[in-house]
Parts: sequence; C-alpha cells; structure tokens
Amino acid sequence: MLSIFYFLSFLAILCALMVVVSKNPVHSVLYLILTFFAIAGHYVLLNAQFLAAVHVIVYAGAIMVLFLYVIMMLNLNAAVEPNKKSWLKIAATASGGLLMVVLVGIFRSAVTSGTGNPSQSQVGLVHNLGVALYRDFMRPFEVSSILFLAAMVGAVMLGKKEIH
Amino acid sequence: MNFQYSGMPNVQSPSDYLPILIQFFVAAGFVVLVMAATHLLGPKRKSKIKLETFECGIESRDNARIPISIKYFLVAILFVLFDVEVIFMYPWAVNFKELGITGILEMLVFMVLLLTGFFYIIRKGALKWA
Repeated sequence: MLSIFYFLSFLAILCALMVVVSKNPVHSVLYLILTFFAIAGHYVLLNAQFLAAVHVIVYAGAIMVLFLYVIMMLNLNAAVEPNKKSWLKIAATASGGLLMVVLVGIFRSAVTSGTGNPSQSQVGLVHNLGVALYRDFMRPFEVSSILFLAAMVGAVMLGKKEIH
Repeated sequence: MNFQYSGMPNVQSPSDYLPILIQFFVAAGFVVLVMAATHLLGPKRKSKIKLETFECGIESRDNARIPISIKYFLVAILFVLFDVEVIFMYPWAVNFKELGITGILEMLVFMVLLLTGFFYIIRKGALKWA
C-alpha cells in the first residue's frame, strides 16, 4: 500500500510540475488530467470511493473541457506570452516559497485526528457519505442548490447576448 | 445499517479496486500495443500531401487555432452544473429508503431550485444555436 502511495505521489508531483513547465497550454491541460487521476488514486487509497469517482467524472472529465475551451477562446497560439521581468520572477518565487513554508508549518503542527488505518475508514463510502450529507448537513446541501442557480444565471447573463 | 436489499458487503477497502486497476492497465496497454504495432508494421510514405491534415476532402487553409464562439463555453459550463447536480443524487439514491420522507422533501427543494434555473436557461434561449 505504501509503495502505491509513493508512486501516486511521485506521479502527481511530476505531472503538476509539468503543468507549470510545459510551454504549450494544451499540454499543460493534459498533464493536469494526469494529476487529477493520480489524486483520484489517493482518494481510493483513503477509501473515499465516492470522492474518487466524482473527482474523475467532474474534474478530469468536465472541468478539463472547460479549461480547454478557455484556452481555445483565448487563442493562445505559439509564444504569445510576454517575457516577465526578472524581479517579478524572483518575487513570485519568494512569495510561493513563503506560502509553502506556511503550509508545511500548518501541517506539521496539525493534530491528526482519527484513529487507525485511514485505508480502513468507512466514512468515504457512498452510503455513509449520503447519510452524513442528507441528515447532518441538510442545510448546506440546500444552500448549494442556490449556488447552482446563481452560477446558471451568471453564466447565462455573461455568455448570452440579449436579443431585443 | 444493513444491506439486505442490496448485495453489497458492509466493509470495503482499497484492495477492492484491484480489478479496476487491472482493467486500467489492460486498456492503456492495448492503446500502447496498437500504437506501437501500427508504427512498426505500417508502411511510411511521408510526402507533403500524405502528411496534410485531413479535412473531409476540403483543402485545409489557415491555422486551426482560431478563437471559438462563446456559445460552446456556455453549453459546457451548463453541462458541468447539471453534471454536479446528478452527482448529488447518487448518495441520495443509495440512502433512499433510510432517509424516508425527509429525503424526498430535501431533494424536492433542491430539484425545484435547479429546475427554476433550467427554466430560466430555456426562457433566455441560452441553448438556442442562433
């Protein structure tokens, strides 16, 4: 189990790096799909089966199509990205590094709750998740439908030309 | 928590996913095998016309990378929204009997709000391709 974890982590980090490094934006999207699959594998290892399936369906499937459409709409042909100034690059690296320091600090001091092997946890199964969602978290669930409604209205408002 | 109406075992672990992993490898392996076989076995005629992009017999011109209409994006984003909506229904459907009448009412409120959005989309003609 641990070797699978290391393999998936390696794959996820490598592909995430390739997303940043690759020049072609479409290649970045393809690497991001691989990253999402690796993360879905992590979910399976944590026995969060529903989350793994949803991650593949929504992120690797649907969200990536949106990414591709955005790239196609922005018309990112070869080498349109201007060269950034060097002080900007240094500042970005420094701020990114600071964020990583903060994150590492948080995770080191975090109290890991839960007992036993996470791969044996039964919380992430569809049945238990459904009970939690529709019994304990009923109101957030209903609020999420309002979020959907707002997203639909917003998409139509922004994307549709008004016909008079 | 009993699963008398479904044949599912109560406890599941990641090792249950081994068949899916094997299937994944078989699918990927088939693709790799076929790609390699075509490259090795097929004849290679690399003339200019042979390497041209096939566009239904019409002569290709210009660049393929042109900005696309926002209509595609609108359809895609609405698809994602309804996709996520359907995903919310899976845990509900699995627990349908246990949740009882509250579950039905919950989902009814959810669906009514989403169908309001759907009605709005139809009325605005967002999916009309004109």
